[in-house]
Amino acid sequence: MELIFEKSRVGRRASEIQGFDVPAVELDASLVRAEIDLPEVAEIDLVRHYTQLSRRNFGVDIGFYPLGSCTMKYNPKINEDMAKLAGFTEAHPYAPEAWSQGSLQLMFELEKDLREICGMDAFTLQPAAGAHGELTGVMLIKKYFEKRGEKRSKMLIPDAAHGTNPASSALCGYEIVSVKSNAEGGLDLDSLRELMTEEVAGLMLTNPNTLGLFERNITEVAKIVHAKGGLFYCDGANTNAYMGITRPGDLGFDVIQLNLHKSFSTPHGGGGPGSGPVGVKQILTDFLPVPRIELNDGVYSFVGDKPDSIGKMKAFYGNFGVMVKAFTYIRSLGAKGLKRAAENAVLNANYVMARLSPHFDVAYQRVCMHECVLTSEKQVRENGINTKDIAKRMIDYGIHPPTIYFPMIVHEAMMFEPTETESKETLDEFCDVMIEIAGEAKTNPQIIHDAPLTTPVNRLDEVKAAREPRVVYQK
Amino acid sequence: MDYVPHTGDDQKQMLGTIGVKSVEDLFVDIPSALRLKNDLDLPSGLSEQEVSKLMKQLAGKNKIPSISLMGAGAYRHYVPAIVSHIIGRSEFYTAYTPYQPEISQGILQAIFEYQTMIARLTGMAVANASMYDGASAMAEAAVLSCKTLGRKKLITACSVHPEWRKTVQTYAWANGYEVVEICSLANGRVDPSILEVTLDETVAAVMIQSPNFFGVIEDVAAMAPVVHAKGALLIVGVTEATSLGLLKPAGELGADFVVGEGQSFGNALNFGGPYLGILASTEAFMRKIPGRLVGETTDKNGKRGFVLTLQTREQHIRREKATSNICSNEALCMLAAAVYLSSLGKNLKELAKLNVAKAAYLKSELLKLPGWSAVFDGPTYNEFALRVPDARKVNEQLKANGILGGYDLGTVYPEYKNCVVFCATEMLCKVEMDEVVGVLR
Repeated sequence: MELIFEKSRVGRRASEIQGFDVPAVELDASLVRAEIDLPEVAEIDLVRHYTQLSRRNFGVDIGFYPLGSCTMKYNPKINEDMAKLAGFTEAHPYAPEAWSQGSLQLMFELEKDLREICGMDAFTLQPAAGAHGELTGVMLIKKYFEKRGEKRSKMLIPDAAHGTNPASSALCGYEIVSVKSNAEGGLDLDSLRELMTEEVAGLMLTNPNTLGLFERNITEVAKIVHAKGGLFYCDGANTNAYMGITRPGDLGFDVIQLNLHKSFSTPHGGGGPGSGPVGVKQILTDFLPVPRIELNDGVYSFVGDKPDSIGKMKAFYGNFGVMVKAFTYIRSLGAKGLKRAAENAVLNANYVMARLSPHFDVAYQRVCMHECVLTSEKQVRENGINTKDIAKRMIDYGIHPPTIYFPMIVHEAMMFEPTETESKETLDEFCDVMIEIAGEAKTNPQIIHDAPLTTPVNRLDEVKAAREPRVVYQK
Repeated sequence: MDYVPHTGDDQKQMLGTIGVKSVEDLFVDIPSALRLKNDLDLPSGLSEQEVSKLMKQLAGKNKIPSISLMGAGAYRHYVPAIVSHIIGRSEFYTAYTPYQPEISQGILQAIFEYQTMIARLTGMAVANASMYDGASAMAEAAVLSCKTLGRKKLITACSVHPEWRKTVQTYAWANGYEVVEICSLANGRVDPSILEVTLDETVAAVMIQSPNFFGVIEDVAAMAPVVHAKGALLIVGVTEATSLGLLKPAGELGADFVVGEGQSFGNALNFGGPYLGILASTEAFMRKIPGRLVGETTDKNGKRGFVLTLQTREQHIRREKATSNICSNEALCMLAAAVYLSSLGKNLKELAKLNVAKAAYLKSELLKLPGWSAVFDGPTYNEFALRVPDARKVNEQLKANGILGGYDLGTVYPEYKNCVVFCATEMLCKVEMDEVVGVLR
């Protein structure tokens, strides 16, 4: 397909700038740039360009999207509409507080809801995405020890963790110490006991972890971390597995980041915007980013004067438009709905695992939470078909591939997260396809090697892209 | 409303296939003492009609002024209708990060086109797929500069947006870097001779903003050689992206990084977010910059296509050795910007000129008020700082007339007490500006 630049014709326009009703003013020529080489296209061609591009993109609205760890649940349309209300979209961040009471109330109440859902004492909504929330959370830990005058240089992170955990800790100057997983997919307690010293700031644990497994020894893990004065960080990317069933705060966690674009159903937008609120226990509240929101005598206001705060993670207050969607979602579901969402997310994942386990190896044979990790080791061994091949073949059946080759501790991993919004029929169709592909691996492996056969491009050369990088268009 | 499609029968059948009696049996790994005995203390779930009413009530509690003189990092611009229609296509907004290129060519090509537009607008070799916002983009460029040069000191001009400076400060503190602010200005611009005195070989990067927080266009060309003479890097911030349509790009003037807030390109004010972090660099940093990058390649049949590339920079490959921890970015805001820029095309320059004209008119009219004067005489784009008799009173007077006033500099800069930064974009017409002056007269 042509690039927008290749469709450009000199003199064409898709817009008109209104006439000047005030005198034109020339800036000094030394400040002014030469012509800008932006596309020149008519509006209809522009619409068709992006409409055609959209047809080369796969979203949740098109089909089943079991991308593990990314929680590709249905994004209710009402959430989108509410975020488009002019009272929200046209609000300037520096408008007087008296003019921003609606926004402030929404943020105040969202914080309150998230506190209740997570069992935490306070929340900040400022971080713009999950990884940004992680970074904020680790900074809070760093500040906590700084205030106590303790020098702690290490952060413990399980080997199954998402890459953002070590990357976020490294951005706060911590040395990363990897903790092994045990045979049942949980944390190895002996290894944890040995590594958890007074040099360690804390443990960052994803729970349920990236294998979709709940940490059975959670109480013991918390105890080990706290016994050495460390703080217990929860990567809350998988909160959708336990909303209304248990609370990280009750499990012993001191700090958590949420991904509103996962558990709370705001769309992923093709890679953002997200929102990564951070919740903390009382011991960390003084360090939260500024401004905080307070309610006094029925009036909401920003409070910026918090001397122990880590400061600001970005300009303004966070991805407000995303908060509107998440708040709409929480209010739609209510307490019972959130619990039902979690229960059915877990039901769906276990159902998929049960139906597929005769045909694919399962990484850990035990009840899973909201996602399950299978492997194609059997297919590699018996048919020379690997996880990437299977993923590409799924595309031909109209299904988005799972997260593949992650977590890294599982060979040929395929991580499926069906989410609670998918019906039994959709799950059955999906399982039938997977079983069909397992059959093809035996009878017609070539078709899997050749896949995908239905897409505009097939198996792009990523090595070439990296060796001879072309990241901007040149005529 | 919980969007769960299962009937009781469905659940029964599925539990049977799994081989458990009840849904509770699936939660055996959670110690029973830690399982909630009661429902969460949240309001009951609402129907769509009810939740819609609730949200409209909340939105209605915000007052949206028809006349606004506020910029300061968030700008009111006209957004062509096409933008919301395109980003409202659910093939885009319900997709994840494009990990499977065969079914993500739409967003991948759109990113590639956006990268090209930003590279051209900033005069840089490379632009990434987006950062969270301008402030965090500046902070990440600063951290990258320190890591690349092995230096631990940073300089920011006080004319950089206060919230951007605070964000840089936070990231610098976490990494153990020191930030020095230089505040000496000539005509509202950073004074290169003061910069020269402050700079030494321990400084990794100097951060300026142009047009700066006071609205003044910096002399980037004068700064670059001073910075580079000490082996440091020059990071130029832009809060008002439409200025890129008219002003000489910082990339041509010697900047090593251009970081910006791209909100002005087709994104609504949204009470401060989501916005669009722009990050562009010279070719030297292509393999180091944070965030997603899309590259052109070919498929196995030789057909052109696009993929996420140079991923060895990123956290999912390099973990703690990655240049940044960023994962999700602001893809949909980027798409809005790409559509906006394609829609405006060469008209972006015309639009920028209109902004200059509107601001110049408002400034000249406000200066006729008794006791009002310009704070700086450096060149400006669509914002300018005026010294007024009583800043608080001016904004209160405007507020009483339903007008959003300017940014009161005295709240952040004690030395600029009773100085206000006003902004005029194409959204203000002459009649409205005359009304503003009438209110203040």
